[in-house]
Amino acid sequence: MRSLTRREALALGAMSVAAAPAGVHGSVQAAPADAAAEIAKFIGGKTPETGRVTIELPEIAENGNAVPLSIVVDSPMTPDNHVTDILVVAEGNPSPGVAAFTLTPMSGHSEIATRIRLAGSQNVVVVARTSTGGLLTAQRQVKVTIGGCGG
Amino acid sequence: MAEKARIRLPKDAKRGEVIQIKTLVAHLMESGQRRDKDGKLIPRMIINKFTCTFNGKPVFSCGLESAIAANPYLQFSAKVEESGTFKFNWIDDDGNTITAEETIAVA
Repeated sequence: MRSLTRREALALGAMSVAAAPAGVHGSVQAAPADAAAEIAKFIGGKTPETGRVTIELPEIAENGNAVPLSIVVDSPMTPDNHVTDILVVAEGNPSPGVAAFTLTPMSGHSEIATRIRLAGSQNVVVVARTSTGGLLTAQRQVKVTIGGCGG
Repeated sequence: MAEKARIRLPKDAKRGEVIQIKTLVAHLMESGQRRDKDGKLIPRMIINKFTCTFNGKPVFSCGLESAIAANPYLQFSAKVEESGTFKFNWIDDDGNTITAEETIAVA
């Protein structure tokens, strides 16, 4: 009897977690509004174009604590025309900002790789600003098996 | 705190070549989201800024948030026109800095 009660308690616990507002992005603490605000601040009212930013992320990340991310922006990287800033935002993280990279013509290529934490399945958005005032963007959906925040 | 930086870049390069630089530094990157066993939030303690310069000129830098994994790994590139020294600098929330440098011979 006692073990049954415990099992019930566990089941109840699991249900309450599942019943929390998981939403489409699967994160209890998801704050897409914060993410949108962060992106809006970066782009300043303009509409970024898609197609020249490539994001490499695993489709399914088993461990959200260290998800390999690489970003390539198609740019000549000359003094006249280069990528100056790249913003990375994880829409479903409790704090959506991930990193803000600053590049120079001395960077040579606009290619960056790092490892990030993802709290749950979500969209990762990248926006790049060029020295000519252009804005480029891309996003990738990642499924995360074990979240990488808290715990 | 272990303050060991590992950097990988070629020892030499041709003039105008774009080289790849890989850096890894030991740091917990405490996110500020975790709780200790008494349920209290563990304060955030992360590396929030990284810079790389070559012969004193900026090559690459970034602001990092708590969504960067522990022992932050960063890979980027640099175009080298002359021999010189890369300097790397990491700064955390307490103002601790970790520095490293590497030289490259450009033919």
